Amino acid sequence: MSETTGGVEMDEEVSGVVKKFLYVNRKAPYGTIYALESLEVVLIAAAFDQDVSLVFLDDGVYQLVKGQHTKPIDVKNFSPTYRALEGYDIEKLYVEKESLEARGLTEADLIVPVTLLSATEMAELMEDQDVVMSF
Amino acid sequence: MPIVVNGQNYETDEEGYLTNRNDWNEDLAKEMAKVDNCDLSQNHWEVINFLREYYEEYQIAPAVRVLTKAIGKKLGPDKGNSKYLYELFPYGPAKQACKYAGLPKPTGCV
Amino acid sequence: MLHTVNKSPFERDSLERCLQYARKGSAILLIEDGVYGALKGTVVTDKVKKAMKNVTIYALYPDIEARGMQDKAIDGIKLVDYGGFVDLVTEHRNVQSWL
Repeated sequence: MSETTGGVEMDEEVSGVVKKFLYVNRKAPYGTIYALESLEVVLIAAAFDQDVSLVFLDDGVYQLVKGQHTKPIDVKNFSPTYRALEGYDIEKLYVEKESLEARGLTEADLIVPVTLLSATEMAELMEDQDVVMSF
Repeated sequence: MPIVVNGQNYETDEEGYLTNRNDWNEDLAKEMAKVDNCDLSQNHWEVINFLREYYEEYQIAPAVRVLTKAIGKKLGPDKGNSKYLYELFPYGPAKQACKYAGLPKPTGCV
Repeated sequence: MLHTVNKSPFERDSLERCLQYARKGSAILLIEDGVYGALKGTVVTDKVKKAMKNVTIYALYPDIEARGMQDKAIDGIKLVDYGGFVDLVTEHRNVQSWL
């Protein structure tokens, strides 16, 4: 049994190779397990001190909506965890503007500060990554 | 295997983490610590309570690096460092303290 | 970059979003139910053909065969086997899967 020490010892082993990781979230939070799985992978991978970005497209934007209250459906509300990401040094969260607008939402409806990008800008960001993980 | 405190049975998983977070109380924490030959001091409680508050707010147990940083922010640099926290919780600050706090094992711990 | 789509275009928006995101010169590989988007005479055929001016579209032939859609692929779509799938992954810098 060991605890992840969050890069302190790891730096020497990987000799400072930092790659760009992008996590693409395209599913609503509770209908399928994708959103929660993605969040868990992001939290675990945060220990490796990489250049991490998260994007939210399509129904993925529903993951960030304020005021989720899941007690009535008896599942864990993991939306507060997005606010913990900053403490994990994950600060690049992007939301596709078109997806948000199509769902009648604005930035004010979201639980964390995000950067809005158009689909074109998002495609450019995607292209620029070393690793893309899709959920 | 269940843990017995004050005549009450509490369910835990195979690693000794409390199954139902709402079952937690201070006596239970003391009993869990006793099993590890650990006598809980004020300094231990500071970390345990911090973890419970952190969980309440973010719904996760923090990774040790995040815990260390957050403790430093709240309680000062003499407490927000690995040496201090490992001396308090030699089995790993996040892992051991989370157990006493009745929280699940932090995501990313193996 | 390589994009993969594994859902039927008649059930999900995966192909549509992929076509919108795929930049000039990139590749799209249709697999599993995604191969239904590679066929002639459907309501998405024209959209796919139009995209083929800017991107190269591949389809995994074993998945086409399995669905009885041999000979129905749009002309110009490149049919690959599993080895070809691996080649595509290694030839591109990164992969986005439209699930």
